[in-house]
Amino acid sequence: MSTADVVGPDRPKPMEEEQLPTGFAGLYARARFNLRTGNLGPLPIIVGLLVVVLLFKFTATNFFTATNFVNLITESAGTAMLAFGVVFVLLLGEIDLSIGYLAGIGALTVAELQLPGSGHQMNGLLAMVIAVAVCAAIGAIQGSIVALVGVPSFVVTLGGFLIWQGVILNTLEQRGTIIIQDRWINYTDAYLFSPLGGYLIAAVIAVLYPLSVLYKRITARGTHIAQVNLWAFIARSVSVAGVAFGAVAICNHAVVIVTHLGLPLAGVIVVFFFIVLTFLAKWTTFGRHVYAVGGNAEAARRAGINVARIRILVFTISGATAGIGGIIFAAQVNSVALTFPPGNLLLNAIASAVIGGVSLFGGRGEVRGALLGAVLIGTLQNGLNTLSVSNGWIYIVTGLVLLGAVTLDTVAVRLQARSGR
Amino acid sequence: MSPPLLELRDLSKTFGSVEALTDVDFEVQPGEVMALVGDNGAGKSTLIKCVAGIHPADRGEFFFEGRPVSIHGPKDAGQLGIEVVYQDLALCDNLDVVQNMFLGRETNTFQILNEAAMEQRTAATLKSLAVTTISSIRQPVATLSGGQRQSVAVAKAVQWNSKLVILDEPTAALGVAQTEQVLALVRRLGEQGLGVVLISHNLHDVFETADRITVLRLGRNVGVFDRRTTTQQVVVEAITAGKPTKVAGIPATAAAQA
Repeated sequence: MSTADVVGPDRPKPMEEEQLPTGFAGLYARARFNLRTGNLGPLPIIVGLLVVVLLFKFTATNFFTATNFVNLITESAGTAMLAFGVVFVLLLGEIDLSIGYLAGIGALTVAELQLPGSGHQMNGLLAMVIAVAVCAAIGAIQGSIVALVGVPSFVVTLGGFLIWQGVILNTLEQRGTIIIQDRWINYTDAYLFSPLGGYLIAAVIAVLYPLSVLYKRITARGTHIAQVNLWAFIARSVSVAGVAFGAVAICNHAVVIVTHLGLPLAGVIVVFFFIVLTFLAKWTTFGRHVYAVGGNAEAARRAGINVARIRILVFTISGATAGIGGIIFAAQVNSVALTFPPGNLLLNAIASAVIGGVSLFGGRGEVRGALLGAVLIGTLQNGLNTLSVSNGWIYIVTGLVLLGAVTLDTVAVRLQARSGR
Repeated sequence: MSPPLLELRDLSKTFGSVEALTDVDFEVQPGEVMALVGDNGAGKSTLIKCVAGIHPADRGEFFFEGRPVSIHGPKDAGQLGIEVVYQDLALCDNLDVVQNMFLGRETNTFQILNEAAMEQRTAATLKSLAVTTISSIRQPVATLSGGQRQSVAVAKAVQWNSKLVILDEPTAALGVAQTEQVLALVRRLGEQGLGVVLISHNLHDVFETADRITVLRLGRNVGVFDRRTTTQQVVVEAITAGKPTKVAGIPATAAAQA
């Protein structure tokens, strides 16, 4: 047998995708191919979002307004931050149930450190850094128990869930509500950019996306990853720019009585971390190792990856993002009270990531899914609120959407498996 | 004759009261495919794990390219140029071929992945091993056939300038055609000057591929056979009823195998 016929009986099965034509025809063919094989990407969730927005536009009077759009951004920001951490934890195939109350610890820490007359009042920026560091450290400890001792993450973080809830109860039952007066902390939610500032930020985003694609295309010339359908690239770049400028334009037109609003900082923080964490997940060795450990931990270990280190770092990230989210939530109400965290924060954050297509079994999913999921859940709850629907119905609808999204995803994965992708 | 690529002398390993290996000798020449056969529990896997640094040996001497070495962990084995392809492959299904080939040794600058370099090198490695069945090296490993996956696992093992490749039952889960494909790849590794250790239950595969055959039985050496001068019948007898060539306290028996 000569070396060439090793191919032998297992002849190369040409990938259909490889043979798709380029240009417009390619765009159409690729879309059909993806549709048929169930490789839908974020499409269903974007369609779902549009449907939800249209539904509320025609049913709720105060939903489709510029002011409500600003509210929507600030309301969803905290959940989105937590959901980013959830993505990394789920990519490992683990779970972190402590993030809801960890967000509370972040809020409590920052509130305590900015308290005038407490004897340890400090600059709000420093207070926020310390609060996030505290949450990251707690995440690292929980992660270490999972990674080094081998206790299941469900149990460790369920313990964390109870412990941090207890700490918050103990502190706030004595102290009552802690008011946050520090302007830097409150800015995380309520700072509004000037119209020009907002457009500048939109411009940065609109340029950054095509540049990142072009960078890959140029540095990886001649390889598979450099193959980008030109029209798909243009369509995506235009969409990103459109969404960025459109969102800023709406914010800039929002007016409450006589005060003009603008792009809220909370939204910019979320987009910033979205970009940073996407970069971390997709462009760095660390991100690759997270996917590897989630896909096959034993294979990762044999390949020389320090699996325990990856696990600890991921739980650290989850703690840090929870802390940041908690600060944003506290800034929304300028205080920390016993009612913190608001609503079903933990479950909303996990639901956001799962609706966004992140698998609970590890190794599959993207950071952008969490952002889209959080926006969808935020829009849904905001819209139902403006309709004055009871909380019970809000939970029921959120639950149904979660169920629908995951069912769709499961069917899509089965289609992919059948088509050999 | 040059010194063996890998030589083990008097290797012993016990797990509690179980003697998994007793005074085992083993050697592989560069460019040679050495089969390691034996019944279940003969000590094949234990021997391999000692060489790979997964279980440290209790006693015994290791020589690599004539130099005495000690292997305390998988890292030591890797630094010497010893790579193991495990039976269960150890690939990440959710990652593509390139990502798997470079798993744990990614090419990066300041932690930022250099995808282009990795993709080009993967393509070159697969080409040099004539693994041409994989149509896109950017497809997830989950979509590959068993033979293709095994080829990727082998290519992954040999691309790091390795000198000795150990294959643990590489054809156990494969069909006839795919087995041929992998065996051809194994022979090609030998032709390229690597030392290859092939563990297999399948004597047909062994006789088709190996240059020499080491037989273990109940954790002891039974013999080393040259494929060209022996028959399957002889090897089967050695596997099932062979007498140890070395018994503690009777050093003369060591000469019998030569």
